[in-house]
Amino acid sequence: MAKEIERVGIAVAFFSAIPAIPLNVGAYRVILGKAVPYVLGDPHLTPDHERALRRQQVLLGLQSLCTAVTTPTLLEVQAA
Amino acid sequence: MATKLRVVHYLNQFFGGIGGEDKADARPAVKAGPVGPGVLLQKCLGDGAEVVATVICGDSYLSEHIDEALAEVSKLIAAQRPDVVVAGPAFAAGRYGVACGAVCKSVREQLKLPAVTAMFPENPGVDLYRRHAYILPAGNTAIDMAGVMARLAPFALKLGRGEAVGPADLEGYLPTGMRRNEFGARSGAERMVEMLLDRLHQRPFMSEVQLPHYDQVNPAAALSGLENATIALVTTSGVVPQGNPDRIESWRATKWLKYPIGHLQEMSAAEWTCVHGGYDNGYIRLDPQRAVPLDIMRELEREGKVGRVLPYLYTTVGNVQPIERARRFGREMASALKQDGVTAVLFTAT
Repeated sequence: MAKEIERVGIAVAFFSAIPAIPLNVGAYRVILGKAVPYVLGDPHLTPDHERALRRQQVLLGLQSLCTAVTTPTLLEVQAA
Repeated sequence: MATKLRVVHYLNQFFGGIGGEDKADARPAVKAGPVGPGVLLQKCLGDGAEVVATVICGDSYLSEHIDEALAEVSKLIAAQRPDVVVAGPAFAAGRYGVACGAVCKSVREQLKLPAVTAMFPENPGVDLYRRHAYILPAGNTAIDMAGVMARLAPFALKLGRGEAVGPADLEGYLPTGMRRNEFGARSGAERMVEMLLDRLHQRPFMSEVQLPHYDQVNPAAALSGLENATIALVTTSGVVPQGNPDRIESWRATKWLKYPIGHLQEMSAAEWTCVHGGYDNGYIRLDPQRAVPLDIMRELEREGKVGRVLPYLYTTVGNVQPIERARRFGREMASALKQDGVTAVLFTAT
C-alpha cells in the first residue's frame, strides 16, 4: 500500500517492527518499530518515557522525509 | 534396510501448543518427538523417518531478534543430529512464514542440512526466502494442513535421502528464481519453433523463461522542510473508532476508511479500538498512539516543527491482505491523499 503512495510522489516514512519486509518489498524510508504489538512506544516504560521514545521514533520518521534516499534505508532510535 | 531418517520439526508458539499471541515472545525450546501437527507429519512420513524432536519459538521473538533467535534455534536443531528439517507449514501467517524461511536458510547455510517449509504463496516469507529454501505452496489457513503434510512429508524424505531435486513445476515447490542448465532431447531451435507455432495457433504454451516482474517505485523526493508540510497518519494496524462502526474485518479487510481526527489532541482508548486479528492488539487498545502517534504530532504542531496534521486518519487492517487488494487500496489512498493536499505520510504497519 505504501508503495502506491510513494509512486504518486508523496514521501512515506514506514514504521515497522519487522523491517526486512518493507525493505525487501521496496519501501525507502523505514524506521524500526519497537515490537509488532506496539510499534511506536513501549508499554514496559513509564508513560513519560514511552512518550519520549515515541517522540524520538516520530522525529526519525520526519527526518527521513526530509532526507533524499536512493535505496531502501533503515533508521533506528539509538539507545541513550 | 535403510536407517530411519531423523527429522526435526520447527513450529511457532501456537502450533507448538505453548499459547497464542500472548506467547509470541516465547524463546526457543525443544520437545522430544512430534508435537501438534508434527503428529500428522510423522504419520505421513511413515516408517521412512522419525520426528525425533520439535523446536518451538515465538513468532515475535524470532522476527524481532532474528540473529540471536536463529543462533539458539540452530543450536537446538543441531543437537538432534537430524537428516532433514521441516518448518511449519505457516499458511498465511506473516511472522511465522518469515520465521520458517529464516530457519530453513540458517539450517542450510550454517548446519549444511537440507530443509523444507510450506506457506501461502503471498506470505512475505516467500519473497524473502524463496532463493534460500524449498518452499511448498500451501493454502491460506490450517484447513489445508492435511493436504500440505501429504506433500511435505515425501519432499522431506527425498531431501533427507539426498535424492536430486528437479525443477519447481515438476517437484511442486515455489520457483526459486534460479536456473540450472541441462541437456535436452531437442535443440533450442526446435523447441522455439514449436512454441511459436503453438502461439500462432492459439494453443497453450509454456515459456521456458519466466520473466521476473520487478515492480520498483522511485523514491519520492525529500521535503525541503516540515514547517509547511501537511502530514497524514496512515495505518494498517487496524485502529478504528470504538464499536468499529464500518465493520472493517480483522483479516482480509475489504475496505479502508478515513476518520476525522482534527478535533482530537490524542487517540484515547475510550474513543478508539483495534480490530487487527493477526497479533495481540491489546497494547494498542490500551493506547492507540502505539500505532497512531497523534499525541506526538500535536506536540510538534504546537512547537511549530510540523505544519499541520491532516485531520483524517487513514486506516485499515493489513492482516493477510491479498496483494492485489493491497495495491488497489494503496492507489485509492494515494489519490485521496493527493486530493487532501498531503505532503508526506507517516505509515505504521504491524
